[in-house]
Amino acid sequence: MDSEVTDRLLIIAGVLAGLLIVAPGLIWLERRLLALWQDRYGPNRAGPFGVLIVLADTIKLFFKEDWIPPFADKFVFVIAPGIVAATVLLSFVVIPFAPGVMVSDLNIGILFFLAMSSLGAYSIILGGWASNNKYALLGAMRGAAQMISYEVFMGLSLMGVVIMAGSLSLNTIVEAQRSMWFVVPQFVGFVIFFIAGIAETHRLPFDIPEAESEIIAGFHSEYSGMKFGLFFVGEYLGIILISSVVVCLYFGGWLGPAFLPPLVWFIIKTFGFICLFILLRASLPRPRYDQLMEYGWKILLPLTLVNLLVTAAIVLSMKGT
Amino acid sequence: MLSIIRTMWITFMHMFHKRETVQYPEQKNKLSTRWRGRIVLTRDPDMGERCVGCYLCAAACPVDCISLQAAEDEHGRRYPEFFRINFSRCIFCGYCEEACPTYAIQLIPDFEMGEYNRQNLVYEKHELLINGQGKYPGYNYYNIAGLAIKGKGKGEAENEEPPVDVKSLLP
Repeated sequence: MDSEVTDRLLIIAGVLAGLLIVAPGLIWLERRLLALWQDRYGPNRAGPFGVLIVLADTIKLFFKEDWIPPFADKFVFVIAPGIVAATVLLSFVVIPFAPGVMVSDLNIGILFFLAMSSLGAYSIILGGWASNNKYALLGAMRGAAQMISYEVFMGLSLMGVVIMAGSLSLNTIVEAQRSMWFVVPQFVGFVIFFIAGIAETHRLPFDIPEAESEIIAGFHSEYSGMKFGLFFVGEYLGIILISSVVVCLYFGGWLGPAFLPPLVWFIIKTFGFICLFILLRASLPRPRYDQLMEYGWKILLPLTLVNLLVTAAIVLSMKGT
Repeated sequence: MLSIIRTMWITFMHMFHKRETVQYPEQKNKLSTRWRGRIVLTRDPDMGERCVGCYLCAAACPVDCISLQAAEDEHGRRYPEFFRINFSRCIFCGYCEEACPTYAIQLIPDFEMGEYNRQNLVYEKHELLINGQGKYPGYNYYNIAGLAIKGKGKGEAENEEPPVDVKSLLP
């Protein structure tokens, strides 16, 4: 009993440490990859291949003036950046990194993940509202609208997987993919979930809440220092989260040929999706706000429903025979 | 949808393109010979100063960064007593070079003149003068101009004929 508790604590500490090391590292990775795809070098001075730029950035953020605007709602302004990091970190509770390496095998894993990522929207809304700044408010409103509308079919799109696996637990879903990855029968669901995932992390090309060229920095216009840093880390944690959820749901999680340990397979697959996120940022322009809404409600939502119906019908008919 | 995937593919293929960045401090760009950079004062082939202190550069300078004081030596040659360029004001427009009648002031392909102390950007004459002729080798103002100085009377310059005696009517 006692050793089980320490094991659990070790896993929690390991996951937390791993994520908090990888998330800032992604800043470096993203800048280097963007540079690579834009025929530049990116940060390459500090340390080997410039990795120490992360350290320099962190130190810079810590020593910057941490300014709270006098017109802001101080309490909400201070807690808002914490919410995004906390909710995303909480979502990792249900991710199976490898057999046994999982903080908690909840039987409502996917539901928990969806709930936590919805709570992340509060960070944007509260941050934008508490800033008491019109651009921040505009960004927050856009963020709220975007996250609510994309959450609808984010949940619906992965119901296909849930129907096929017959469980909401991510561990069971991964186990159910031993014969075939769900990306093959659920390709439409995968594409829609991935698009919704990008919108959920409000990454480019769906960074409507930030939209530097239109509304300065959107909901975090007024943030500086480490509070801004927390928003940033939250965004990168969100990328890792969506990538690992996609891997778990559609690409067999830690399953893979036996010559590499399961954890390594999981990391390789997740890393591939993180790179895809960055490639999307490097290549696609930002859609207009109304285009985003139209695309979501008029195209993706009906597609998701059709996908769900067809999947359910096929599974039912196969069970019936 | 297809165009999105195509865009992503094209961007991805840029991974294998040559990088455009010039790694500056280690790897330098080639500057053209007409690059307008640091300003120098050149000398004539006999290593005398070319500047005759005519103030045309100071007059042409749009930001008033040149100041000088003309003087005359015992041979009758004019020279600047001091010549000062404030490079923290200079905009490297090259008007001074265009205005100079004796090719003395010239802009050269060098821009690496960063300083931590602003005062160090004020260059005095000994910092501006170079031991060379710059872009116009072989040019010596006093050998061409008709002006009489010690050791060279009227009519003794290159391509110059002796002065006409205006008091005489004979051809």
